[in-house]
Amino acid sequence: MSIRLEHIGKHFAGTRALEPVNLDIHEGELVGLLGPSGSGKTTLLRIIAGLENPDRSDSPTPARLLFGQRDVTHVHVRDRRIGFVFQDYALFRHMSVFNNVAFGLSVMPRRSRPSRGEIRARVLRLLEMVKLEHLADRYPAQLSGGQQQRVSLARALAVEPDVLLLDEPFGALDAKVRQDLRRWLRHLHEELNFTSVFVTHDQEEALELSDRVVVMSDGKIEQIDTPERLYRAPQNRFVFEFLGDVNHLEGDVQNGILTCGDARLAVDLPDGREELLLRPHEVRLAEQPETASHLPVTVTAVSPVGAEVRVELEADWLPGPWLATVRHADFERLNLHRGRRLFAHPRHWHRFADSAPAAPATGRAA
Amino acid sequence: MSSSAIGFPRRSSGSARVLPGFGLSMGISVLFISLVLLLPLTGLFGQLANLSPGEYWTVISDPRVVASYLTTLGAAGAAALVNAAFGLLLAWVLVRYDFPGKRLVDALMDLPFALPTAVAGITLATLYAKSGWAGSVLEPLGFKVAYTWVGIALAMAFTSIPFVVRTVQPVLEDMPAEVDEAAMSLGAGDGAAFRRVIMPHLWPALVTGTGLAFVRSLGEFGAVIFIAGNAPYETEITALMIFVKLQEYDYAGASAIASVLLFISLALLLAINIWQGRFVRRLHGGNG
Repeated sequence: MSIRLEHIGKHFAGTRALEPVNLDIHEGELVGLLGPSGSGKTTLLRIIAGLENPDRSDSPTPARLLFGQRDVTHVHVRDRRIGFVFQDYALFRHMSVFNNVAFGLSVMPRRSRPSRGEIRARVLRLLEMVKLEHLADRYPAQLSGGQQQRVSLARALAVEPDVLLLDEPFGALDAKVRQDLRRWLRHLHEELNFTSVFVTHDQEEALELSDRVVVMSDGKIEQIDTPERLYRAPQNRFVFEFLGDVNHLEGDVQNGILTCGDARLAVDLPDGREELLLRPHEVRLAEQPETASHLPVTVTAVSPVGAEVRVELEADWLPGPWLATVRHADFERLNLHRGRRLFAHPRHWHRFADSAPAAPATGRAA
Repeated sequence: MSSSAIGFPRRSSGSARVLPGFGLSMGISVLFISLVLLLPLTGLFGQLANLSPGEYWTVISDPRVVASYLTTLGAAGAAALVNAAFGLLLAWVLVRYDFPGKRLVDALMDLPFALPTAVAGITLATLYAKSGWAGSVLEPLGFKVAYTWVGIALAMAFTSIPFVVRTVQPVLEDMPAEVDEAAMSLGAGDGAAFRRVIMPHLWPALVTGTGLAFVRSLGEFGAVIFIAGNAPYETEITALMIFVKLQEYDYAGASAIASVLLFISLALLLAINIWQGRFVRRLHGGNG
């Protein structure tokens, strides 16, 4: 079922939590709401669920929330046909796993409620799907966090919701379990093809799991795009900075040369104050300066774990440390160790005008 | 065992406690319990030793005393049930809603504990007497409160309501809002959510609170005595029977009746504890 939001905004006690937003989520899509805490992403999710009511719009266009063709703006949460998964699982602790999953079916009005046998069969099928059929008689407190979250997912799916909403579903789990559950949710999504929206503050999780990501900050939607486009073509500085590690280079440009202390970089920009942004993989390290760039740095930390070596760099002209990633081959060739003095060469840099939506400029070191 | 843990942990045993002060604090606790709780109880049973089993039975099965048991148990039971319902409601209102004067209402909840029970008794008696404020309105309508069984229950309810409110309140506060929301998102109506999700969480606290209120009501003397009327076989409470025996210097007889109250209270508290232990174990995981 598709979801359509029109002019959905929210105030809490006079402060704006969410600016009126428009958003279209297609049928069968898995959409991530990504943003730092306080960005309004959870509020947005809870409005879709019906756990919060949107503000009445003062503009001539009313606030509307549609599930497919159905206007659910004023429909109570219990009648919206949603499944909601909470960060802290919110399982019914006095009920067995089986009864937790059966809850949604057993509270249906008598006319539409399936028979006992049918409920039993459906619950067992769901438990099998989340690989917990052997724990049906346990109580939530006897399960691990990952198992509890799977129970809560099975419980939400039991009522066959039109949309599945997940509020930081993996936030309370440790890294390994989180990785497993993520992969598993992705499979489940492909198998059952429900429309789902999840909230996360973890960029990696959002980029890995979603068909499209909605990046939010400060109650506003910053960009809606596929993970790939989001990373390659961020629309503004916030999105760029939020989606990964960023190195800053700020200085005065004069006659095509950016100067910052004893650092110099040839850039193709008009004169004035400029701030350039670089991803760690866009920084190359070398033993010698070049005519186009003279950025002396000192290695302060080296972490040779993973596919690439992460190197932390510091210099007098840098207000904060830089992060660079280099290949293991370069790591050996450059004889990287703490205290080593090198020169950084930007392969590529980004620049965002202060007033946001203008297309970002990027440049390449000559 | 106790002295070694204070300053000289026995290293050889390998089981020295990490938290210091066990010996001292445990020793003082046991001493205090002995002096304040166990010694008086022993005194009570010492008095009972002066009675033969036959005499004991005669004292506690005296028809007037038996009538007082029924009055006391009935009134305390009614008061406990009323308190269970209203105490739950008060706790619910205090936790779930925000309203002006909430803190004041919250503070008022403790008033029955703070107020000398005799003061409460006199106040209730004057209020519900025929000439009193409430009594003058109710009696023409046929509701006689003062000097009846209802008055006794009312006084008991007054003095014991904080037990229910104060035991349910923290449990309700600790219950995350998500549990409620989860039930609603699964399609449960307000009634179903309350009955099947919220109440099961509150049961242990509610039963404990109600049990404490009941036990407290069994022994209530000061608040009840003024409004009860104390007509033999009708509105005499058991605590009064004990008092009467004491007035007659019949310490053994007083102890005998007191022991009946004591057994009822202990049995009830024990039953609640066992039942609750089972429930809580399930909530916190594991069969052990």
